[in-house]
Amino acid sequence: MIDLIKQYWQPFLWGSPDHISGLAMTLWLTVVSCVMGFALALPLSVGRAAGPLWMRWPIWLFTFVFRGTPLYIQLLIVYSAIYGLDFVRNTPGLGAFFKDALNCTILAFTVNTCAYTTELLTGAVKATPRGEVEAARSLGLAGSNLYLRIILPSALRRALPAYSNEVILMLHATSLAFTATVPDILKVARDAYADYYLPFPAFGIAAILYACLSLTFISLFRKAEQKWLRHLPTT
Amino acid sequence: MSGYLQQLLVGIVVTIEVGTVSLLIAFVLGLIGAAAKLSSNRWFAIAGSAYTTLIRAVPDLVLMLLMYYSVQNCVNAITDFFGQPQFDIDPFVAGVSVLGFIYGAYFTETIRGAVKAVPRGQMEAAAAFGLTRWQTFSRILFPQMMRFALPGISNNWQVILKATALVSIINLHEVIYAAQAAIKGSSWPGGAQMLFYLSAAALLYLVLTTLSNFVFSYLEKRYAAGFERMAR
Repeated sequence: MIDLIKQYWQPFLWGSPDHISGLAMTLWLTVVSCVMGFALALPLSVGRAAGPLWMRWPIWLFTFVFRGTPLYIQLLIVYSAIYGLDFVRNTPGLGAFFKDALNCTILAFTVNTCAYTTELLTGAVKATPRGEVEAARSLGLAGSNLYLRIILPSALRRALPAYSNEVILMLHATSLAFTATVPDILKVARDAYADYYLPFPAFGIAAILYACLSLTFISLFRKAEQKWLRHLPTT
Repeated sequence: MSGYLQQLLVGIVVTIEVGTVSLLIAFVLGLIGAAAKLSSNRWFAIAGSAYTTLIRAVPDLVLMLLMYYSVQNCVNAITDFFGQPQFDIDPFVAGVSVLGFIYGAYFTETIRGAVKAVPRGQMEAAAAFGLTRWQTFSRILFPQMMRFALPGISNNWQVILKATALVSIINLHEVIYAAQAAIKGSSWPGGAQMLFYLSAAALLYLVLTTLSNFVFSYLEKRYAAGFERMAR
């Protein structure tokens, strides 16, 4: 067990500069997919909450499909099936993109978290108190001004607790990346296990690292809630 | 090809079995966990908190691999010690117990919140009528608690259903395994058939999650009998 730790502590944490792995890779996957998923979800949620019908139902369909199927299948489709299509492989840009496991993984994670985030932001936008909107209208705010200055700042605050949940779930979901050969924490644990045949230390270290990451994220979000939700009564 | 579609259908049955049995285990563990966390005994409360905090901080996939391989390792050590042939844990039992154990932690939180939402006066009234502890639980607390717990249970069920997809990683032959087997055995050109079988598996999941939404909205209505619907 000491040997396992000696040999694998570095891959478990950050790997090497030209081959990032372990904790650093997990963190990268989480942050990149959450940031991109959030950026995409913001316009989608406004479209779903307040757009015309032709905009609302495709967005609904998108969230319905991606929330109703397991992320593992989505990842398998993006990683194995799409690259297997001949026309994808033969198109230079697409082929190069889908050949890279990291690209595929980040794409699948981004789309998945985007669907969940769209749904929770839509809920927050719809829950905007009528009075707030009426007050803004009576002051002459309309269109994008109404959204950027009144509805979204209030909705994003309201969505913060739910969004922190989504980020934790996404952090946990990144452990699927190992099935696509991306060297995240769990992949390193699998390698260590295969090397020493010691399941408990290998996966135990992975579990501890994930738990540390989760608790760090939770405390960061708690700080954010204290800052941005200070006007609400504490529960 | 029809043979593989049949295999997919067998896979979906396994998925439903794994899902429902895990749900039952998780629900029972959730009741026990909630009782522990709400108990006045300090040690029970600490054990309950440790269970929910630790399990919910680690991804289910990591816990699955950790428990599956560690337990198999222990079993091997025991059989080796007694000079017995290797005994492989049944993947169904392994998958169900690991999923049940993990999601028991999530159920503990759901049920704890729901129990706390039942007004205190209800329990006091039950005591005043001289109901026994079991009567109080089964006739007063449980039916009212379910009304508050159902949205959470519905959520957890959706997560469990999708987590059954992970069981193929520990060798259980459910939908994804069937899809992959179909891919390997099929004579179609690579990507297209893979896309076809994986999409079929995805569609089956979509049907399951949608159907269970209907079931849960029916249950929610049933347990909300006598309460006004929330204004929309």
